[in-house]
Amino acid sequence: MNDHHLFENYKRGLKREKKIVLFWQLTILLSFFSLWEIASRLYWIDPLLFSSPSSVFELLVTRFANGSIFNHLQVTLFETILGFIIGTIGGILIAISLWSSARFAKIMGPYLVVLNAMPKVALGPILIVALGPGYLSIIAMGFIISVIVTTLVVYSAFNEVDPNYEKVLRSFGATRWQCFKEAIFPAAMPAMISTLKVNVGLSWVGVIVGEYLVSKQGLGYLIIYGFQVFDFTLVMSSLVIIAILAAIMYKVVENLERWLIRNRNT
Amino acid sequence: MSFLTLDHVSHHYFSKESYTKAIDNISIAVKEGEFISLLGPSGCGKSTLLSIIAGIIQQTEGTVSLQGKSTAESEMEIGYMLQQDYLFPWKTILDNVLLGPKVNHTLSDELKKKAIQLLKEVGLKDVEMKYPSELSGGMRQRVALVRTLINNPKILLLDEPFSALDYQTKLNLEDLVSDLLKSYHKTAILVTHDIGEAIAMSDRIFMMNANPGSIAKTYEVPIELRNEVPFLVRRHPKYQLIFDKIWDALESKESQQKVVDIPDE
Repeated sequence: MNDHHLFENYKRGLKREKKIVLFWQLTILLSFFSLWEIASRLYWIDPLLFSSPSSVFELLVTRFANGSIFNHLQVTLFETILGFIIGTIGGILIAISLWSSARFAKIMGPYLVVLNAMPKVALGPILIVALGPGYLSIIAMGFIISVIVTTLVVYSAFNEVDPNYEKVLRSFGATRWQCFKEAIFPAAMPAMISTLKVNVGLSWVGVIVGEYLVSKQGLGYLIIYGFQVFDFTLVMSSLVIIAILAAIMYKVVENLERWLIRNRNT
Repeated sequence: MSFLTLDHVSHHYFSKESYTKAIDNISIAVKEGEFISLLGPSGCGKSTLLSIIAGIIQQTEGTVSLQGKSTAESEMEIGYMLQQDYLFPWKTILDNVLLGPKVNHTLSDELKKKAIQLLKEVGLKDVEMKYPSELSGGMRQRVALVRTLINNPKILLLDEPFSALDYQTKLNLEDLVSDLLKSYHKTAILVTHDIGEAIAMSDRIFMMNANPGSIAKTYEVPIELRNEVPFLVRRHPKYQLIFDKIWDALESKESQQKVVDIPDE
């Protein structure tokens, strides 16, 4: 066995491991859907309540074919992405303002704790009264649910940056703002990126709950509507779409994260 | 008139429960081009003193002046090197070196050339576009030195800059720093707990007491040693003499302090 052989062996091992993992992932997926289908056909579960993969699939095909799903899809996606972006950027901006004044941070401390501990969806009715029963209150819900957590995480990341970097800059006569731009912000970059991933999930929660409460369209609306008219195939279909969209969005953010980390150095 | 003057400087750290006096009534006068060392155990306020000289923290009592001006106003004229290099990992070596000019809006192509030239002078060629993580500890500390020198400071503050390096790298860097400082005729203050390093590099050594930090004794390094490079100083017959003298003083101070410390606890 020479070095090259050992390396080849190692690579083959990696490939095999990957295949085994993929095999089991597919097995779980397929057996879940087959079990669901079989259980529904054999009346182990009530098909009226739990529907079945085949009827979900059928519904999705007709809905996509006649285009009636696209409007709902668009609305929900738009609200979620907007809530996510505003929540993340808003949280970072608030964290910056807290960092810029230690006194402001001290004053805001207890309010942030209360806001963080409070279940944000409980604010739903107030948002609707204040902003009207439409897009605005749903986007606000997506925003409010992610903004406080972002603020707290990013602010603590700012504070955890090694003070010696600031010391180096101060010895060059840097202003506080220059210290922030050159040291604090770039050093806290990984923490900010990791909040992105958390916020994807949170924005979905906010928007779906918002749609439950008010909307006339969107995937959350379809779920509630399906529930009210006892069309559980519609509920399940919406859930499947949400799961796929949320996974895609998560993947996009993950790629964004990789790209940001790679380009952070340039 | 001396170049850098510390006049009855004291510093307190305050907390809710109590206060500690980190520095007690220190007066030092440093001549231009002189290299002095502050030698003492950890917790004797050495770093605090450097931060005060650098104008990063404001002393609670006394005055510090550089050529008659308060040091808080003349930050750019003071270069500060820390225990670790604190190079910014997300910046290239060149961007790290040019941090001072960037902060002061004096960036120019000329300075860029000077930076590359200085890097070459400290033995670092073709590293400008690399990142700190690609360099060894000794190389990084040399980059940090260049980052300080590029601002053309009048006085250099060295806060144990060699303590995190392995012995061989440390000796090489001592020679390099001492050489550079002499050729640019820079004034420098070195903080260290290494007696040998203090003797090898400086013209005068201030031995410090701890809790609160104050000057215990001053040693003049013999003129024969001052003009040698640090590596050769360590082999000079006079080196051992002054080393022993300082060693004994430190030992006796320590035993004294133990007696004094007990009722305090």
